[in-house]
Amino acid sequence: MRLENKVAIITGASSGIGKETAILFCQEGARITATSRSVEKLEQVCKEISGHEEKVIYVKGDVTNREEMEEVLRKTIDTFGRVDILINNAGITQDALVTKMTKEQWNNVINVDLSGAFNCIQVVAPYMLEQGSGVIINASSISGLYGNIGQVNYASAKAGLIGMTKTLAKELGRKGVRVNAVAPGFIKTPMTETVPDKIMNMIIERTPLRRMGEPGDVAHAYLYLASDDAKFINGEVLHVDGGLVL
Amino acid sequence: MNGNGKKLEGKVALVTGGSRGIGMAIALRLAQEGADVAINYQRTKEQAEEVSKLIDQMGIKNELEKLALLIDNMDTREHAKEVSRKIESMGRHSIICQANVSDAEQVWRMRDEVVRQFGKIDVLINNAGITRDKSFAKMTPQMWSEVLSVNLDGTFHCTKAVIDGMLERKYGRIVNISSVIGRMGNFGQANYAASKAGIIGFTQTLAKEFASKGITVNAIAPGFIETDMVRSISSEAMEKVLAQIPLRRLGQPEEVAGAVAYLVSEGDYITGQVIDINGGLYI
Repeated sequence: MRLENKVAIITGASSGIGKETAILFCQEGARITATSRSVEKLEQVCKEISGHEEKVIYVKGDVTNREEMEEVLRKTIDTFGRVDILINNAGITQDALVTKMTKEQWNNVINVDLSGAFNCIQVVAPYMLEQGSGVIINASSISGLYGNIGQVNYASAKAGLIGMTKTLAKELGRKGVRVNAVAPGFIKTPMTETVPDKIMNMIIERTPLRRMGEPGDVAHAYLYLASDDAKFINGEVLHVDGGLVL
Repeated sequence: MNGNGKKLEGKVALVTGGSRGIGMAIALRLAQEGADVAINYQRTKEQAEEVSKLIDQMGIKNELEKLALLIDNMDTREHAKEVSRKIESMGRHSIICQANVSDAEQVWRMRDEVVRQFGKIDVLINNAGITRDKSFAKMTPQMWSEVLSVNLDGTFHCTKAVIDGMLERKYGRIVNISSVIGRMGNFGQANYAASKAGIIGFTQTLAKEFASKGITVNAIAPGFIETDMVRSISSEAMEKVLAQIPLRRLGQPEEVAGAVAYLVSEGDYITGQVIDINGGLYI
């Protein structure tokens, strides 16, 4: 049990990587607050975490809404008494070529993927600083590292998260709070389901390991970085991408 | 998968430079995860004494204390045995195997010995490394060659020796120990920095060559870790280093071992990566 006595807040926990992370963290002994915009989906996830019901609460939380995230934190503290781990996993895509991308598409993705993580950190970090310990993990992406056609909004947000991660590793690291990022490649999730088969096959062919990643591959990266095994790792961007370079 | 299972049950690991420091922590951790472990060490006390005699003849016999320390550090066989005993007490199998990794012939002999004992090698940790620090102006070609031949040639020889078996079984996990010095350079370490940066290029190339064959190749770049190698740094210099590390402390060998365990057991979708373990020293 690698997260015994730890309390984690996981954003975007209703599907894909976030859901897998919620399940894995519970198996590893953590108590968790699962949050996302959809309460119905969260309820479903919590049902799937069988045998650990007492370790899970779910709270509606739109990361762009500061008040909702404050409520997420308040309920976490009320229920579990502390918070050790924040997984900024929530993210969306709204792809379009730059000439066709609307201002709204740009804003939506930047708001959720980049400003959302900022919101959550501003809400949660003060508690971690007071504790003198904590781990924050941001979900960047291979798109943020190399760029990706049709994703100028997403790539900008995910590259921004790397700058945020490195800055906060310096600011908060001195006070015992580690900040790291995971940069997944192409992972089998609802988000990548919309990618046309033809493009997906091309990507798999270019991936040295010749397959898409599983949500569990990323969940295990979160687990490793959140665990005490990684307690000298700070400001790192861990690529979980099968060796793919875009 | 849950944390209580033995994730490396049935796997055989070879850890070079496994008798002390980071290598020892890695060997113990892999055994804890269920692997059988071969621990490579470089020198015996007898060899060390021979070296010391040579040094003696070269006329620095006044530095006896330093020499004694040197011999003690070189007596890696006893250290390796101790690590091996610890692993056996955990219920895993372990052997020790002497080889100077810079010597291809010795490496192949070591490979044969491990395969004879354990039947295969699934996991290779290229950890053996040395330093010969000197400002560049004063660095001799020999100091350059020694470091390059252990740190970089050694990584080549060991990988070369195990790769065929991994290709045959379509499974392999290789982790090369680089260094933050290979990322950022350091005064007095032109040789060490070059060797450790070389390891990164080596890692990325092999990751591409072998990914489709079920073999992942990654590197770890530790920062300042509390080992004998780092303990020789003056306390003044160390204070300066600590001030640059956001986490305000040195790392522990076990923290490097944790990353190795992660990469070889759960990092199935990770290849060609360099994991920095430096407390934020180099971001």
